[in-house]
Amino acid sequence: MQKQSIYKLGTVLVLSVFMAACAGKKSRESVQVGDVGNYSTTTEDSSQSGSSMNETIVGGVTDGSLMGTAVDGGPAGIDGSDPLGKRTIFFDYNSATLTSEGNQIAQAHGQYLASNPQYSIMLEGHADERGTAEYNLALAEERAKIVEQIFATYGVNSSRIQIVSYGEERPVAIGHDEAAYGLNRRVEMIYQ
Amino acid sequence: MVKKIFLKLSVVFIISLAYIAPANAILTIDVTKGVKAAIPVAIVPFANQQGLPQALSDIISSNLRRSGRFEPMSPGDFLSVPTSIEQVQYKDWRLLKMNAIAIGDVKQVGTDSYDITFRLLDVFNESQLDAFSYTAVKSSLLRKVAHRISDRIYEKMTGIPGAFDTKIAYVKAAGSIGNKLYYLQIADADGFNEVNILESRMPIMSPAWGPRGEKLAYVSFEKRRSVIYQQDLRTGQRSVLSEYPRINAAPSWSPDGTKLAMSLSKDGNSEIYVKNIQSGQLTRITNDRAPDTSPAWSPDGRSLVFTSGRSGKPQVYKVNASGGQPQRITFKGTSNQRPSFSPDGQSLVLITDAGGGFKVAIYSMQTQSMKTLTNSSLDESPTFAPNGEMILYSTVKGGRNVLSAVSADASVQQVLRFGNESVKSPAWSPKL
Repeated sequence: MQKQSIYKLGTVLVLSVFMAACAGKKSRESVQVGDVGNYSTTTEDSSQSGSSMNETIVGGVTDGSLMGTAVDGGPAGIDGSDPLGKRTIFFDYNSATLTSEGNQIAQAHGQYLASNPQYSIMLEGHADERGTAEYNLALAEERAKIVEQIFATYGVNSSRIQIVSYGEERPVAIGHDEAAYGLNRRVEMIYQ
Repeated sequence: MVKKIFLKLSVVFIISLAYIAPANAILTIDVTKGVKAAIPVAIVPFANQQGLPQALSDIISSNLRRSGRFEPMSPGDFLSVPTSIEQVQYKDWRLLKMNAIAIGDVKQVGTDSYDITFRLLDVFNESQLDAFSYTAVKSSLLRKVAHRISDRIYEKMTGIPGAFDTKIAYVKAAGSIGNKLYYLQIADADGFNEVNILESRMPIMSPAWGPRGEKLAYVSFEKRRSVIYQQDLRTGQRSVLSEYPRINAAPSWSPDGTKLAMSLSKDGNSEIYVKNIQSGQLTRITNDRAPDTSPAWSPDGRSLVFTSGRSGKPQVYKVNASGGQPQRITFKGTSNQRPSFSPDGQSLVLITDAGGGFKVAIYSMQTQSMKTLTNSSLDESPTFAPNGEMILYSTVKGGRNVLSAVSADASVQQVLRFGNESVKSPAWSPKL
């Protein structure tokens, strides 16, 4: 029990440092445009940041329950098994159908959002690298949409839900095996 | 005596090549599989080429060798080094079993200005197959001249236009997860002259060449969502082509450059749309609950092929470019994705999965048969050379994304290594 709290605290600390690092990085975010004639300009990225860059790889922790509290202001789970504490829903290969665990997590958050109208949420869809990048972009969006549909059954208005698909472009796990793929086929829920 | 001088010369070449290597050799190419029936040719070092930053004959030889259709002889085995027709002893070349030889010379005609002449000679008939000169060439364009000469030799000897004087676009990623930098780059088809087109901290996808190679359309996530941009390659000027809510992806220019096909999910899920660039008019082409994406135009601009999940698994469909009922093209295998037409419109290159992973395959429209070209399992983004002879694609090798090329008949295969960086999303330019 004691040990667990210390572990939790440690994770939160690690995450806070990480978040600070991310925030620092954000201001430097820029896009450079060049061409054949060495012409180049820099345009500042004025868009707001919605994404927390790579929460699942910090310290190798893949359980969203400990991280959720630190990353956003959303609900904190009591322990690792509480679906409300999780921020990531995983999917089967080439599937945009919720697993029973995924369904549980989505329902818990749908319920929470319904009774906490001060929150809106970003759903980031992701895919593993198998197949083609373009199809995976569409597939990853389907994954985010299935979560949105669950939220809708709890009466969460679509105006509070933002969906973005990154397809296979932003994996959290490197590697070309099922261990990595399983972590990369996901929807991340980011409270805002 | 002659041989000795030549040996000396070749030492100089090797040194100068080694010297320029760090600056220019962006990628190295390993030919992993070559053909046996390659045409034996000799590309003789051009007169006075040793003063140039790159030896033209070396560039030409390596181009021809890479195509798999030629086997250029090593200059160390030459019996003589002719630089004019008068010096050619056809007998020697017959002895060496060469089909043809190329000779040439370089004349400096001003500061940074060269005249280059080349001749292609038939060894058996003792006749000239081709002769061409390029005048007032700047040193920055010498590689281009070597590519043009390679194209001419390729066409004279095979009857098929060469595709050496072309470019490739691709996306390079450097750094580790959470701290990546993405680069959209273009390079000559042999990997030299790499140029940055865009640098971003967010992913870049799906570069697509304009029909004259003058511009690229691509997807960038720099606004933390997919947006399609177009960028002029001469001026660097860029503009947004598509920024609808949700997915803006898979751009593909019509053959006449007046329209852009793409996939958008603004109306619910990923569907194919065609946008008239001039009028801005957007036409919805598909309407299905499953994802539709990766549209590609037929060479006549009349139809589109695309990937659809409407059967439950991704398969290839064809539809009239102005809309209508899509017709399913592929039936075999678990999935078939990202089709694009061969330049002659007779076949499609696509990614197929028949259970053993994702591989490059060619589907013949006429015989409705599929031929798998590769043995790897994570192939993506196949793109035809403008002459239809080679296909460039991305795959995973040694744990990294690399570009690889395979001939359309699967006889030649090669890996292009760009240092330690991960490279994806290749797109071969049209003939420039």
